[in-house]
Amino acid sequence: MSSIPHDHATGHAEEPPHAHDDHAHGPHGGIMRWVTTTNHKDIGTLYLCFSLIMFFVGGIMALTIRAELFEPGLQIVHPEFFNSMTTLHGLIMIFGAIMPAAVGFANWMIPMLIGAPDMAFARMNNWSFWLLPPAVILLGVSFFVPGGAAAGGWTLYPPLSTQAGMGMDLTIFAIHIMGASSIMGSINIITTILNLRAPGMTLMKMPLFCWTWLITAYLLVAVMPVLAGAVTMLLTDRHFGTTFFNAAGGGDPVLFQHVFWFFGHPEVYILILPAFGIISSIIPTFARKPLFGYASMVYAVAGIAILSFIVWAHHMFTVGMPAAGLLFFMYATMLIAVPTGVKVFNWLATMWKGEMTFEAPMLFAIGFLFLFTLGGFTGLVLAITPVDIQLQDTYYVVAHFHYVMVAGSLFAFFGGTYYWIPKWTGTMYDERLGKLHFWGSMIFFNITFFPMHFLGLAGMPRRIPDYAQQFADWNMVASIGALGFGLSQLIFLYAVIKCIRGDGAKAPAKPWDGGDTLEWTLPSPPPYHTFETPPVIR
Amino acid sequence: MSAAQSGAKPYYFVPQPSHWPITGSAALLFLGLGAAFWVNGMDAGPWLVGLGFCILLVMLFGWFGTVIGESEGRLYSRRVDRSFRWGMSWFIFSEVMFFAAFFGALFYVRNLSVPDLGSLNSKLLWPDYTAGWPTVGPYLKETFTPMGAMGIPLLNTIILLTSGFTLTVAHHGLTSGHRGQLKIWLLLTILLGATFLGFQAYEYTHAYSELNLKLSSGVYGSTFFMLTGFHGAHVTIGAIMLTVMLGRTVKGHFTPDHHFAFEAAAWYWHFVDVVWLLLFVLVYWLV
Repeated sequence: MSSIPHDHATGHAEEPPHAHDDHAHGPHGGIMRWVTTTNHKDIGTLYLCFSLIMFFVGGIMALTIRAELFEPGLQIVHPEFFNSMTTLHGLIMIFGAIMPAAVGFANWMIPMLIGAPDMAFARMNNWSFWLLPPAVILLGVSFFVPGGAAAGGWTLYPPLSTQAGMGMDLTIFAIHIMGASSIMGSINIITTILNLRAPGMTLMKMPLFCWTWLITAYLLVAVMPVLAGAVTMLLTDRHFGTTFFNAAGGGDPVLFQHVFWFFGHPEVYILILPAFGIISSIIPTFARKPLFGYASMVYAVAGIAILSFIVWAHHMFTVGMPAAGLLFFMYATMLIAVPTGVKVFNWLATMWKGEMTFEAPMLFAIGFLFLFTLGGFTGLVLAITPVDIQLQDTYYVVAHFHYVMVAGSLFAFFGGTYYWIPKWTGTMYDERLGKLHFWGSMIFFNITFFPMHFLGLAGMPRRIPDYAQQFADWNMVASIGALGFGLSQLIFLYAVIKCIRGDGAKAPAKPWDGGDTLEWTLPSPPPYHTFETPPVIR
Repeated sequence: MSAAQSGAKPYYFVPQPSHWPITGSAALLFLGLGAAFWVNGMDAGPWLVGLGFCILLVMLFGWFGTVIGESEGRLYSRRVDRSFRWGMSWFIFSEVMFFAAFFGALFYVRNLSVPDLGSLNSKLLWPDYTAGWPTVGPYLKETFTPMGAMGIPLLNTIILLTSGFTLTVAHHGLTSGHRGQLKIWLLLTILLGATFLGFQAYEYTHAYSELNLKLSSGVYGSTFFMLTGFHGAHVTIGAIMLTVMLGRTVKGHFTPDHHFAFEAAAWYWHFVDVVWLLLFVLVYWLV
C-alpha cells in the first residue's frame, strides 16, 4: 500500500468537525501512522501482518517439534525445551496467529460490508491491537527466565503449571493482556454490527461473515473473562497460598480443567466461526449463486455457539466423571454435528449447478470443505466416550484438531486473503502463485497430518519428544510433510508481498463477477475513509 | 444523518489518531513484567509495577480527559451515545462472566471436590478427613473461625442496597434538573461506598488477627477472599467512577438528556450491588 488516497468515497458536502484540523484528512506519516491510527483499515492491516509474523514464529516452533520427532530418540532439543515448543506453538498459533487474523478480517471487512464509517470505538480498536505486542513480548521474555518458558501444554493444567517456574507467571500475565485485547475487540465488533449498519441493512440482510463474527464476539465476551479467572486462580495458587487446584486444601486440579474448558471449547468455535463466514462469502461468489439457505446458516451458527457452552467436559473424559456426565457430554457433543452438517450441506447446495470457476480463493474454500469435514468426523469419533478413553492425548487428537484448525481456519483465512487482497491493496495477486500455494498446502498438509491418525490409533502419545520404534515410519513421513508445508507458506508470503508492493495487475473495483456485497461497490483500494455517510440498502 | 446535513454533528464521530492506546500498552507491559518479577522475589518487580501504574494513571487521565472533552464539545451524536450504551452493557456482561468463574469454583469445591475428599473414594489417602463446609481441606492442620453473616456483612448489605437507592435519587435529580439534589445524593452514595470499603477492610483485619482466617486457609479462605476481594476491588473502581461523576457535576457537566457517563457509572454500581447480594447469600450466609 504505497499511497492512501484521501478523497472520500461518499461525497457529502461538509467536513465533520475535528479536534485537530491539521490532521483532519489523513493519517500521520511514517511509523506513527501505524502506532496511533484509529482507522479500521490500518488496524486491520496491523492485525493481519502481526498474525502473519506470528504464523511463521509458531510455524518455526512446529518445525522444531517435527525435526525432533523425525527419528526416535532425543537428538535436537532438550525434552524441557521440546515441551516449551509444544506449549508455545499452541499459544502463539491460537492467540497470536488465528485469532488476530480473524480480527484483522473483521476490522477490514465488517465496516465495509455493513456500510459503517469505521468501527464503533476507533481508539479502543487501536488499543485492542497494540495490546498484542506486549503480550507476545511477555511470552518471548519467558524463554530467558530461570526455568524457561511454560512447558505444561497450552492448556496450562495444574499441578504442572502450579509447580512450573517463572515462565508460567509471564504466560499468565500475557494471557490476561491478550484476554483484555480480545474482550475490547469483541465489544467493538458487536457494537459496530448492532449500531452502525447502514439504513436498510437489516440483521438478516447482513453478509454471513458479519453474523459469524457477531456470534464469535459474543462467545469471546462470555468466555475470555472465565479464562482470566482460571489463570488468576492459578497465579494465586502459585504465589499466594490459595488451594483452588490443590486437594490438600480441599481444592481439585480437575476444577481447573472444568473452568479452562468452559473457556476452551467455545474458544475452538471462536477460531472456526469467522472462517465459516469467509467460506460463506467465497463460495457464492465463485459459484455465481446466492448462498443457499441463508437463514438456516445464521441459525446453525447460533446453534453451534449455544451448544459450545454445554460440551466442555468431552475434553476430560479420562479424568473421572459420573456415567451420567459422560453420557451427557457425549450426546451434547454429537448434537453439534447437526448445525455443522447444515452448514456443510448448504455450502454444497450453493455450489450445486453453479457456474463455478476455481481461482485460489475457491480452491481454498473447497479444500476447507473436504478437510474441515474430515476433521469434523474425527471429532465425532472422539466424542464417543469409550473411544475417547482410548484416544485421549494421542496423535489422533493432534490430527483431529489440526484438520479443523489448519485445514479449517487457516485455509479459510488463506482463501479470504486471496479473495479480498485485490480490494485491500488494489493489486491482483498472482494466480499461479495462489494455485501453487494451494496445492503445496493441500498436499503437504495431508502428508503431515493424515499419518497422525494412524500414529494415534496405534497409541503414540502427544507432547513427548521420543517414541517407540514402531512409530518411526509415519513420524518421518509427517516431518517431511511439515517441512513441505512450511516451505509452501513462503509462496504465500511472496504472493502477499507482491500485492503490497503493487507488483501485479491493477485490481478493478469488483474483481470477481459473483461478488454482490458492499465492499465491491468501492474502488480498489478503497479510500482511507469509506461510508462516512451511510449508503442506503434497498 | 439529519444532524450531519445540518452541520451540527458528524453522522458518527471517528476520533483522530491517538497516542493514548500505545501509552496504555506500555503501562500493561511494565505491569505484566513487573508483577511476574515481583511474585518471584526479584528486586526490579515493585519498581516496574510502580512505573507501569504511573503510566497507566497518566493514560487514564489523558484518555478519559479526551473523551470528556469530546463529549462536552458535543461531538457525539445520538448514534455514538447508543454505541456507548452497547459497549458498557457488554463490558458489564464480561465482568459478570469473570465473577461466574469464581462462583463456579465455589460451587465446584462445595458440591464436588470437598465431599469427594471426605468420601469413601479418598479414605485411603485421607482416612481422618470429614468433609464439611467451611474446611481447610484434608491436609492443612490450621483451624479458623468462618466469617459470620449477620454482623458486618449484613450491615454492608444494607449499606450497598441503600447506596443503590441514593444513586437513583441522584439520577432523578439529574434528569429533572435539580443539580443540588444530584450533588448531595451522589456524594451520599460515594460516602456509603467508602463506608462499605472501610467495613470490609475492618472485616479482613478481624479475619486475619482474630479468626485466623487467611487467604491460605484452604478452599474456604481461597474462595472467601478471592470473591470478596475482587468484589471489593470493583466497589473501589465504581466509587472512583462515581467520584469522577461528582467532580464533573461540580464543573457543570451533564444535562438532563446528555449524561451517559453518569448512567454508565450507575449501571456499574448496580452491577457490583447485585454481585454483593450473591456473595452475601452464597459466601456468607449459606455456610
